[in-house]
Amino acid sequence: MDFSLTEQQEILRSSAREFLEAECPTSLVRAVEESEDGYAPDLWRKMAGLGWLGISLPEQYGGTGGSLTDQTVLFEEIGRALTPGPLLISSVLAAQIVLNAGSDTQKANLIPGLVSGDVILTLARGDRLETASNDGGLTLSGESSFVPYAGIANHIICVTRPAIGAWPDTTLALVDTKTNGVSMTAMDSIANYSQFLVEFDDVSIPNEAVLGEVAEGRSALDLAVRRATVIQCAETLGRAQRVLEMVVEYAGHRVAFGRPIGTFQAVQHRCADLRVAVDGGRMLTYQAAWKLDQGLPANDEVSFAKAQAGTLSRLATETGHSIFAGISFTTEHDMQLYSARAKIAEANLGDTEYHLDQLATGMQP
Amino acid sequence: MDFNFTPQQTQFREELREFLRVEVPPEKQEVFGLLTEEQYQFGREINLKLAELNWLTIGWPEEHGGGGKGPIEQGILAEDLGYWHVPKAGSIGLGIVGPAIMVFGTQDQKDRYLKPIARGEVEYCQGFSEPNVGSDLASLELRAERDGDEYVLNGSKMFTSYAFHADYMYLLARTDPQAQKHRGISMFIVDLKTQGISLTPLPYINGEMAAQTNFDNVRLPLSCLIGEENRGWYHAMTTLDYERSGLFRYANVRRVFDDFAEFCQGPAPDGGQPLAEHPLVRHQLAQRRLGMETWKLLCWNVAWMQSSGAVPNSEASVAFLYGSEERLRFAEMAMEVLGPYSTLRHGSPVAPLQGNIEGIHRESMHLHGAGTTEIHRNIIAQRGLGMPR
Repeated sequence: MDFSLTEQQEILRSSAREFLEAECPTSLVRAVEESEDGYAPDLWRKMAGLGWLGISLPEQYGGTGGSLTDQTVLFEEIGRALTPGPLLISSVLAAQIVLNAGSDTQKANLIPGLVSGDVILTLARGDRLETASNDGGLTLSGESSFVPYAGIANHIICVTRPAIGAWPDTTLALVDTKTNGVSMTAMDSIANYSQFLVEFDDVSIPNEAVLGEVAEGRSALDLAVRRATVIQCAETLGRAQRVLEMVVEYAGHRVAFGRPIGTFQAVQHRCADLRVAVDGGRMLTYQAAWKLDQGLPANDEVSFAKAQAGTLSRLATETGHSIFAGISFTTEHDMQLYSARAKIAEANLGDTEYHLDQLATGMQP
Repeated sequence: MDFNFTPQQTQFREELREFLRVEVPPEKQEVFGLLTEEQYQFGREINLKLAELNWLTIGWPEEHGGGGKGPIEQGILAEDLGYWHVPKAGSIGLGIVGPAIMVFGTQDQKDRYLKPIARGEVEYCQGFSEPNVGSDLASLELRAERDGDEYVLNGSKMFTSYAFHADYMYLLARTDPQAQKHRGISMFIVDLKTQGISLTPLPYINGEMAAQTNFDNVRLPLSCLIGEENRGWYHAMTTLDYERSGLFRYANVRRVFDDFAEFCQGPAPDGGQPLAEHPLVRHQLAQRRLGMETWKLLCWNVAWMQSSGAVPNSEASVAFLYGSEERLRFAEMAMEVLGPYSTLRHGSPVAPLQGNIEGIHRESMHLHGAGTTEIHRNIIAQRGLGMPR
């Protein structure tokens, strides 16, 4: 039993923090919020240059070959800095799907570009994406909402099912966003988070664009989702830890009734409660990462982490806005940047209720 | 990161479980809120057997009669004893007094006190709180006045758990009333058979018989002083940081949670559909399952810190606070789900889970152990987060 980070992980943490403090100030986060694309190309290239986009991808495809735990350490920092861009969707979720489902050729074609940042992938998981067989492959029709960063993505991995069939087997189809029949509409979202409604109108999917085998994509998708869920918990944890530091620091200076408000137990106890939740979140998140790194079943552990991350997010939001009070209700204050992103993360990859439901199912005999 | 035990630790856990299966059959396991004399004595018998196997103090150094292992092994022991509902005995000596003597005791004191604790032969109680002193413990009033070769104690200690079973009390007393309050306190070990000590029974709502312990001109030899005179407050705060994983308490509750979750999968007490098929119950079970997991990890975090040589301080308060509140959340949830059945005590017809739910609800009112929840929040804020006083 050892809950410490390795020396390398400590270095990763401190260098990532240093880099992001310099390169990703909240002024950049705000500028990206105002931008069309929802990401910062310069920062994206620099992060790729540091190897961050391939941190847990195999070396043979240009990655660093690190563990999910390494990636968790990194993404705590990425979350902490409110780092914008398709990190989670492209470099974690989509990359893991390709890695788990793709043929050797598909992996060799796609992963090096994901690592270098030249290729951005996203995922469409709408439940109305249907495929029908045609001569040279499949035809895809339907639509999916909530496709992150589709506007800048080169390809969309579509989670599809057969239009006619006894069982909704999952086929993972790679669709070039420039293909005829693909159209997208931005969904105006909290903090201008980039997500799209994407429509597919009889889009041809050649056989070589099916990741792995037709109708056999489910387990690869599930594993990728589990890993991405842990990474998203790491981002949440990083943000909550930062909110805690911000409120403690503020409460140490802000004077009311002739003394710093941090001397009031009403304020201290809110901070203590957030600290308890942050500590719990850290243990649960790293436990899930470690289990997946060991190749052990981790359904419960992932759901523990994500269900708790939702409550942690809410507590961080409530604590931050109540202690910063009036000033945090203004757009000029950074607290609202944290609370908006907390909500995006909470709703993504299964919210607290969803994961509690998963846990309840796991408790049945 | 490594959430596994070593193969040796796993083997120890397996051997311990085998021991518990043989030695602690279900009818001997403690029911919450029903600590009988027979059960307590059984707990002491088990301690003697554990000591024979050199497991009772597996984490202590060998020179003091321990097993020479560390806090992780001690945590495994605590977790499994708790999960098997082995009646608790000897915990003050094993958890607090022993470590305090190892750090602050003289060689004579080590020789005299440690081995009997490690053999499971003695029971200690703790004398911290007083009738007028709780959270502001440093204001304690029990006087210990130096008189030649003796200290003379006058005053009272309150909430003395195990008082009627204990051989010794480990206490804090005021030796310098002129000094600042934290700096005039000393730590003593007192033989409870000493003349002038009397006990006033103080029954607890969890079935325990505690006491108010009164000291009327109780004379102690100087050798009863532990550590430096007037440094007792600091000694006590240091030793409070030992053995605070809280794994016994966690596992004690976890067992009832597991039993309750299983119970909810079967036919309802009124013969209806399983409770767990009700969406709201299902949801609450999952919430508490998450709470239990979080609690467990926070406890193991403390044990791990100790094993790595760190002194958990605010981390122990995090685990303790979380545990106290999670236990209450679980008890309230179980009471709510069981409705009127939740009020049935052990022995009543149709009492679910042998009355453990009714018992754990009373036990969960114990929100003040090792500091109230507010004190733990103060510690987390001030010592953990560095917030101003």
